[in-house]
Amino acid sequence: MELDPLILSRIQFAFVVCFHAIFPVFTIGLASTIAGFETLHYKTANPIWQKLSKFWIQVFAVVFGIGVVSGIVMSFQFGTNWSNFSYATANFLGPVLSYEVVTAFFLEAAFLGVLLFGRDKVPQGVHLFAAIMVATGTFISSFWILAANSLLQTPQGLELINGMYYVTSWMDSLFTPSFGYRFAHMALASFLTAALVVAGVSAWFILQKRELEANKKALSIALWFLLILAPTQAIVGDFHGLNTLKHQPMKVAAMEGNWETRAQVPLLLFAIPDKENQTNHFEVGIPGLASYVLTHDWDGVVPGLKDIPKEEQPPVFIVFWSFRIMVGLGLLMIGFAIWGLALRSKGKVYQNRTFLHGLRLMSLSPFIAVLAGWVVTEAGRAPWLIYGQMTHAQGLTPSLTGGMALFTLIGYIIVYSCVFSAGVYYLLQVFKGGLEKANAPHELEEIERPMRPFSAAHVAIDGEE
Amino acid sequence: MEPTFDLTIIWAGIIGFGLMMYVLMDGFDLGQGILFMFAPNEAARDQMMNSVAPVWDGNETWLVLGGAGLLAAFPLVYSVFLPALYIGVFLLLAGLIFRGVAFEFRFKAKSSKYLWNWSFAIGSTVAAFAQGAVVGAYIQGFETEGFVYAGGPLDWLTPFTVITGLGLVAGYALLGSTWLIMKTEGEVQEWAYKLTPGLLAALLVVFAIVCIYTPFVDPFVKSRWFDNVSLIWILPALTLLCASWVIIAVKKRQDGTPFVASMGIFLFSYLGLLASKWPYIVPPKFTIWDAASSYNSQLFLLLGFLFVIPIVLGYTTWTYWIFRGKVKATGYH
Repeated sequence: MELDPLILSRIQFAFVVCFHAIFPVFTIGLASTIAGFETLHYKTANPIWQKLSKFWIQVFAVVFGIGVVSGIVMSFQFGTNWSNFSYATANFLGPVLSYEVVTAFFLEAAFLGVLLFGRDKVPQGVHLFAAIMVATGTFISSFWILAANSLLQTPQGLELINGMYYVTSWMDSLFTPSFGYRFAHMALASFLTAALVVAGVSAWFILQKRELEANKKALSIALWFLLILAPTQAIVGDFHGLNTLKHQPMKVAAMEGNWETRAQVPLLLFAIPDKENQTNHFEVGIPGLASYVLTHDWDGVVPGLKDIPKEEQPPVFIVFWSFRIMVGLGLLMIGFAIWGLALRSKGKVYQNRTFLHGLRLMSLSPFIAVLAGWVVTEAGRAPWLIYGQMTHAQGLTPSLTGGMALFTLIGYIIVYSCVFSAGVYYLLQVFKGGLEKANAPHELEEIERPMRPFSAAHVAIDGEE
Repeated sequence: MEPTFDLTIIWAGIIGFGLMMYVLMDGFDLGQGILFMFAPNEAARDQMMNSVAPVWDGNETWLVLGGAGLLAAFPLVYSVFLPALYIGVFLLLAGLIFRGVAFEFRFKAKSSKYLWNWSFAIGSTVAAFAQGAVVGAYIQGFETEGFVYAGGPLDWLTPFTVITGLGLVAGYALLGSTWLIMKTEGEVQEWAYKLTPGLLAALLVVFAIVCIYTPFVDPFVKSRWFDNVSLIWILPALTLLCASWVIIAVKKRQDGTPFVASMGIFLFSYLGLLASKWPYIVPPKFTIWDAASSYNSQLFLLLGFLFVIPIVLGYTTWTYWIFRGKVKATGYH
């Protein structure tokens, strides 16, 4: 069988970026959570907030460390596997990605050290300021990354001359029509991730009857946030979808599994899309609902995939099902938020074991939802790398062979499985240590040990003390 | 927009400076990894790692900054070098990742410590070799069609690049051993003193091979060096001067000098290489101006870099100041 460098490169990119994405999406939300705890501690002087903050700063440190390492590979992959794309877009992508690096370094150099290690060395106000700046910095970083992605979805502000794009307006190219929706959607996703992880971990501690007072407070706040954020995300997601309908109608057609351009399109709950035969099997749907959601009119006309040739259609099955996974998990989150509210009104939110166990499992849901969402938007853009302008095939490195791509794909899978299973395993050790360990005095470690993000955590990786 | 002054030159300076900073600074901590498994005992390994642990990631900052800046300022370098060095880039990244996490986890490991030792040693050595091979590949030049790399996947791996790769492994090990002379005492320092002359000799052998080989394969370099006797000859002369300075300092047991002199070897060989190839950045065809991005883009990013580079420099200086002095068996005090 002939190895296809295009498919292999896309799998490699998807693998690396999926692995990477789960870390920043968590740290962005968690940074704000920590800033919130620090603010509460500053205002109320209640030591419980500091206890919580100390624990979650340890978690943050580990996740941030892993995210930085996996991000480095990302920045080189553009050049190794997508050199034509990198070269063509360098006038835009180069400065934008560099600014993300600049932001991250500035953040790390100036504020991260103070947040992680400076609690007893600087005035409380300065420490709080550092926490807020780290939270702000993570958003600035994501601004650059999402601006870069949005340009690929809805390109503007560039001019193509002799195979190279030139920026005609930085404002236009950074703030493309899909940018605002994407940024809002991702920011909410980050907050939701933090809320659900905090809720899940606190619920787990409560089930174990550990540090009840602090963990109940954390769970309570997390559930209030969930109650606000989860429905808001559904609304923002809907607006994002309408924006996509306007600019990338075929992505929406794939999300809905809609082949013919027509009115009264049903919202499919289940179907097996079959791109080969340009149809769906085993459809189960609610009549007219897709038309209503997308056009706010039961008789609205929704574009269908058959408007374009088969080879220009995105991979329908993947987009269709990823979208359902994302929306399904989103609805489940709303369900848990309402369940929590009902339990709270009866005063049983910390007693209902089914609910608490459910929250534990739900702490994984935002990660799956975020990855599914990215698959929708990225696979849904296919075959375009830059929508309407450059295909994946055109962006690929011309000298790349299937064998080379396979070599590095397997290589990255091995590297990532070794390194990140160690990272995640260590993270679990930090969780097991809990608030107790994070708040235990540790003798002299601060001066003997180097100041690295992981140094903020004081747990042994292989469990032997 | 018509440029009022040549930003490409400024960017060449920034990238050149960043690369130099990277080589000098990450060099000695990669060197710890290269020498790691040869250390007399586990306590010595603790000390070696402690001596660089506070600064190593700041050192690697320069690589990421340089890599990102390259895409923005000289996209042709990025889009030719990375495909041409495809497998090498993977080895470099894998090596850096393995050694990077070893820093994090070795301190936290008890029973699994030996795994992180090997991870640190192999990762560092592979990364150093890959970087040396990149230098060799740059000297060899790249086969291109239009603005696209057109060579094979392993064109970069030749006897010559293997030699430059091994040369950089020896060179980084030299920076590492002289760093240990400066930063440690007793047994570890004694060991480092013994290693240094051999590592220096290995580096000089590779230096000689590169100096002889390069003019033979590259007529451009040959004419630059031999057409008229020029100031350029001062650079290899200074390199050799630094080399003898290392030997004298080691004999006299001057703790700090061998490290400074080794950095001098790197600085002057690097300048010598740049002087040979200038202004070719993607040899043999493309100069820095061919490879440059648009004026508008170079200007946009320049503002950010002018802001962040002083901060990184300040942060770096501060970290080195905090962790100045000798490292003891248990860490910095």
